[in-house]
Amino acid sequence: MPGNQPIGMSRRGVIRRTGLALAGVAASSRTALSDSASAAETGSSPSMREQGAPVTENPYGIPSVFEKSVVRIPGGKQPFPTAAHLLTPLQDLHGIVTPNGLHYIRDHGGTPSIDPDRHRLLVHGMVDRPLSFGMDDLMRFPSISRLHFLECSGNTPLYKSGKPDWSVQMTHGLLSCAEWTGVRLADVLAEAGVKPGAAWMLAEGADAAALTRSIPIAKALDDAILAYAQNGERLRPEQGYPLRLFLPGYEGNTNIKWLRRLKLGDQPFETREETSRYSSLMPNGIARQFNFTMEVKSVITRPSPGHGPKQPGFCEITGLAWTGHGRIVRVEVSTDNGATWKDAELQEPVLSKCLTRFRLPWVRDGGPAMLQSRATDETGTVQPTRESLLAARGSNYYYHYNAITTWRMDPSGETTLAL
Amino acid sequence: MRFSTVILTVLGMMGAGLAAAEPPPLAFGRLATPAEIAAADIDVRADGAGLPPGRGSVPDGATLFASGCTACHGGQGQKPIAGAPLLMGGVGTLATPKPVKTVGSYWPYATTLFDYIRRAMPFQAPGSLTDAQVYALTAYILRLNGIVPEDAVLDAASLPKVRMPNRDGFVPNPNG
Repeated sequence: MPGNQPIGMSRRGVIRRTGLALAGVAASSRTALSDSASAAETGSSPSMREQGAPVTENPYGIPSVFEKSVVRIPGGKQPFPTAAHLLTPLQDLHGIVTPNGLHYIRDHGGTPSIDPDRHRLLVHGMVDRPLSFGMDDLMRFPSISRLHFLECSGNTPLYKSGKPDWSVQMTHGLLSCAEWTGVRLADVLAEAGVKPGAAWMLAEGADAAALTRSIPIAKALDDAILAYAQNGERLRPEQGYPLRLFLPGYEGNTNIKWLRRLKLGDQPFETREETSRYSSLMPNGIARQFNFTMEVKSVITRPSPGHGPKQPGFCEITGLAWTGHGRIVRVEVSTDNGATWKDAELQEPVLSKCLTRFRLPWVRDGGPAMLQSRATDETGTVQPTRESLLAARGSNYYYHYNAITTWRMDPSGETTLAL
Repeated sequence: MRFSTVILTVLGMMGAGLAAAEPPPLAFGRLATPAEIAAADIDVRADGAGLPPGRGSVPDGATLFASGCTACHGGQGQKPIAGAPLLMGGVGTLATPKPVKTVGSYWPYATTLFDYIRRAMPFQAPGSLTDAQVYALTAYILRLNGIVPEDAVLDAASLPKVRMPNRDGFVPNPNG
């Protein structure tokens, strides 16, 4: 209808889909009313002068079109697209919960598509009764829901160096937090009957990597979850649909996705992932393996590189703190490179092995600043400085980097990574 | 409260009269059959537990590697494409500023090589190799690193006896 297009028609694909008949009504209505009042006269905004999108347009809702930049990105070139990762945009998130579509991903053999009606979990090895469970069987167990963070052991790759323009998504984006729902692994293992002497549990995924890790039986019987849901809905495929192991506080790769098998034994299975892959070299050339628990850590998410304040004056400093050893009890913030510290407010809820949001009001005087956060957990462990972490581990450790991170802010507000 | 405790309590309140000390199983799921366990039980431990029958030689492994592995790992495992691991060399580098972690310099157990190849390689068709082929490829990659002789034939008895150069190079994290 060139030259005869009613106001509002071009702005929404919605109306195109509603059919010509309705469009005709809209056009005639518009014509009839257009002489009576202008937007300026009534004080109404354009969104108030036409019908919005049909309620039924998105049976599964999606974010506003104005939030298209809030997406996961890779940290660099990934020659093997199925052995790859995507990073959570921490700088654009609020509170502590990561939306399911923005949860970080790390796959070793791509994301399989698994029919839950055909998926089974085998529990065998040092048990009284080897059992096979369908998803329906597992979902008959009493359910639990827990809010927990998940962090990749390779998050924050700063042992060697980093680039000034790396955003917090690049430095800390292999970190997410969700409400995980499932059944207590201890309940399922009780069905099979754990034999005396069983000390380790092999967990195996049904992906192309058949990813496997050995888990201490004490962890399996403590707070481990066989998770089938995430933030109220069934797991996303990239998070292990229909079933994943969830080990609160443990490094990401141990939380086996697409879980198909649990085997109990009296010794670790020494898989590739726990020998040559997720192990850490000390300066003397000896490697630490079975590095399970993610240590106390925090980072300022705003202001952060690429997201500095545009003017002097009030600027809230906010970020996230977490520890695999329990609760965060304190977060301090410095704006002068660690010379002085102030206690930040911890936003409730403060939960065990969960992200904790912190915030500190700050009035920026327009001078340069060096922003840092420093977390303390309930064991009394204080997040280390970069210098002390490197002194303890050397620079070949690669995984579990949890040092204080520094953002450099220049007088214009431009913010960059200063390590 | 533990779930089993809940069950006992509920049964007690019902006056079920069960004097058993053991909480009865809920009987969710079913007993796994020996056949389905055998089909799924693919892991191999460092002591060799789980190794299947069959055997493979270095020369057979060389032939297989040349046809199925060099596209990613490079000829003789020496020049991998971006993102694929180097399979040989690197001995003596672990305590230097640029450690080179390979099967020869880093991996502590030869059995892990068998386990990993069988479950995850070749990358574009995991699970497609016979056990004999996995033994042969394991033998060939160990030979590339000078760990077994040129005429080595590996099987469930001999593979666990292969001592890797970095066997003593790992300690458990003291903090878990």
